[in-house]
Amino acid sequence: MDEKKFLIEKVLAVKADLTQREVIDALALLRHDTVNIPVVYIGSGTCGKVAGANDTFVAVNRYLEEKNIKAEVVQVGCIGLCSYEPLVDIQLPGKARISFKSITHERVETLLDDIFNSEVPTENVLGQFNNKRHNRWNNVPLINELPFFRLQHRVVLANCGVSNPDSISDYIARGGYQTYLKCIRNYTSEKICNIVDQSGLRGRGGGGYLTGEKWMMAHNTVSDQKYLICNAAESDPGAFMDRAVIEGDPHLLLEGIAITAYAIGATKAYIYVMDEYSQAYFMLNQAINQLKDFGFIGYNIFESGVDFKITLVKGPGAFVCGEETALINSIEGKRGMPRPKPPYPAIEGLFGKPTVINNVETLANIPFILRHGPLHFNEIGIPEARGTKVFAISGKAMITGLVEVPMGTSIRDIIFKIAGGVKDGKDFKAVQIGGPSGSCLPASQLDLTVGYESLWSEGAIIGSGGMIVMDEDTCMVDIAKFFMNFLQKESCGKCIPCREGTRRIHEILENITRRPTGESGFEVLERFKGIIQLADLSEVIRDTSLCGLGQTAPNPLLSAMKWFRDEFEEHVFDRKCRAGVCKELRLFYIDVDKCIGCVACLRKCPSNAIVGQPRQPHFIIEEKCIGCGICFDVCKFVAVKLK
Amino acid sequence: MQASLDEIISRYKAGSRESLLPLLQDIQIEFGYLNEEAILRVGQHIKLPSSKVYGIATFYDQFRFVQKGKFHFKVCRGTSCHMHGSLSILREVERVLNLKEGQTSRDGRFSLEAVSCMGACGSAPVMNVNGEFKTAIAIQDIAQIINFYRSTI
Ligand SMILES: Cc1cc2nc3c(=O)[nH]c(=O)nc-3n(C[C@H](O)[C@H](O)[C@H](O)COP(=O)(O)O)c2cc1C
Ligand code: SF4
Ligand code: FES
Repeated sequence: MDEKKFLIEKVLAVKADLTQREVIDALALLRHDTVNIPVVYIGSGTCGKVAGANDTFVAVNRYLEEKNIKAEVVQVGCIGLCSYEPLVDIQLPGKARISFKSITHERVETLLDDIFNSEVPTENVLGQFNNKRHNRWNNVPLINELPFFRLQHRVVLANCGVSNPDSISDYIARGGYQTYLKCIRNYTSEKICNIVDQSGLRGRGGGGYLTGEKWMMAHNTVSDQKYLICNAAESDPGAFMDRAVIEGDPHLLLEGIAITAYAIGATKAYIYVMDEYSQAYFMLNQAINQLKDFGFIGYNIFESGVDFKITLVKGPGAFVCGEETALINSIEGKRGMPRPKPPYPAIEGLFGKPTVINNVETLANIPFILRHGPLHFNEIGIPEARGTKVFAISGKAMITGLVEVPMGTSIRDIIFKIAGGVKDGKDFKAVQIGGPSGSCLPASQLDLTVGYESLWSEGAIIGSGGMIVMDEDTCMVDIAKFFMNFLQKESCGKCIPCREGTRRIHEILENITRRPTGESGFEVLERFKGIIQLADLSEVIRDTSLCGLGQTAPNPLLSAMKWFRDEFEEHVFDRKCRAGVCKELRLFYIDVDKCIGCVACLRKCPSNAIVGQPRQPHFIIEEKCIGCGICFDVCKFVAVKLK
Repeated sequence: MQASLDEIISRYKAGSRESLLPLLQDIQIEFGYLNEEAILRVGQHIKLPSSKVYGIATFYDQFRFVQKGKFHFKVCRGTSCHMHGSLSILREVERVLNLKEGQTSRDGRFSLEAVSCMGACGSAPVMNVNGEFKTAIAIQDIAQIINFYRSTI
């Protein structure tokens, strides 16, 4: 029987009997729990592709062809270990699936040679998957006991990097879409809203609004048409968890969307994906076509009387379009500028109709809640925040990638236990949480736990879940300047305080990271005046902006000033950047013992700050130096040094 | 075969505001940028003043109004890359190509764009040339990378 017919008749049908031996076996085969031929899995999310997964894919296929080995090659999503990509997993019949890191194309041959001789190579082994049906490999750790995975609790990412994201059968074989059918067959929409309300799920897009309440509001508004929008804009620089969910498990998101749409009474859903996410867009498009094929999209789905349609929208790139009302404007073909609230979108949203907007991660939690019940979800996390949260760890962390932890886990555990601390043995300086609307936390605040109110109390937010680890080589003034620059570019321009204020803050920060060569008395005065104004300016921007972008814009600056005041003062008074990042503030000197007087630096210096005779040691006149660093770069004798 | 402007426009219903952005996106995919004619024609089709169409298009980062170069350089300016010195990388690329970000060289060979996170934070700083990623680049490598492309034309 062909796969689709089997799944529809024996698994998804009303009177399907899932306890039948043959069904159980067939499903195990579909989700690769049992395999008859070897299977090679290649991590091919965007992060894998960047690291060379495509070449690995070609090399694996070539190897199998040359050696005449019959095997299946599956391209999976990201398991979260982005810094170890390309990851290759191999599963031999009867043996546990075993995972290898950093398998670039030139390593493929040795790896496969070893494995097909049932030997475990000593290099690049990551671990093996735990499955009762399989024989374990000797001396290979279990993957879920690795420090990276041990403290994680995977609800949303459970199948990312494990299951085949290209196949709807794989998803159904893991129990997928059965929850959706259970909902539309047995539950009223009101009941689903109640279940989600009881589960205590709060929005993962940043605001932390109770999801059940938001749905109820839309549910209770009377209208001939309602909409659901899935917010996959994710334009925060340094966040990539939504993309990983879409690439690694697109059907999980789609099932969440389908259930939500039914619960609020929407027959039409939109998914708003950033244009740069080309692979995510492709995966969603493919998954939606599979849904159509199986009959989950259209009229009277599975004879339940429910209609459902999904439209994919490509977001044309603007950070502010992640804001819900701006997103609505963008779908309507207008400029992506936020609208005043109220009216809330749940009452009057897209085309004036009640609209619920939820983040990808929020929606990806829905199938779990309805499958296992609200109480089970309630057991995970802490009272103020139930469930788990996915974080994208990047920056100077030892392991960069995705982690999913129960709410209430301390930031210290995430950074040091899961992500392995700071790389290259450097000292930890700060962690930036929540992207451009978030804030930096110093080492003394690492025991804060992730949640909503628990972080707000320290002026931080969970935001969308970017976590950027910074080491001693990072300059906090520079980071604040970076975020202000981002925000002043991305401000939509509707509110003057946000548009001009962020720009002014950026200017002030530019001024204190610039060397005051040839500055007149008036300019010095202006510079100091700017610094004195920073706090007031921030307050005005925060209080008088319309949307979240403006209201939170001063956060990166204020938190940096709060925790790293000494660094700001050093920049302002001593004109010094201890991390050596603010280029113009660098001071150089020439080591007289090393300088042989080759005149290379003297010739190149743009401000004639270097003096000296040929074959005699040179000197730098500090007053004239503009800190460009050219002398540092051109000196072949390492005689130019940083003060 | 390149689809003509008419053909792309005819895929969308006339006068439907909702279609404006998808339509502009389709045109950009086909031609690489939006020229004056495209903006005028889209305005007529959607029944919006072309000034408004242009205004909306400039609001979004995605739309370009000049042709991309034969080699399109994208330098990542996301947070992670910034911490690994992507600003200096961008300045160096600007210097070697003799272009500013957002520009296309006069001979149409090179264009340069600064983008936010490309999803390769683990191997920062990164740059992308015509879809091919260069990871963990150092300033010293840039001249060599660019010379490689210079010599391939
Ligand atoms: C400037 C700005 C950017 C935002 N960007 C995103 C985003 O990229 N993704 C997202 O899901 N929510 C984003 N939000 C939050 C949304 O406005 C909205 O609160 C969220 O999508 C609601 O979904 P939730 O209830 O599931 O969290 C942003 C908000 C602001 C103010
Ligand atoms: S706060 Fe800024 S981004 Fe938000 S509406 Fe006002 S100007 Fe636009
Ligand atoms: S910040 Fe450059 S790839 Fe993510």
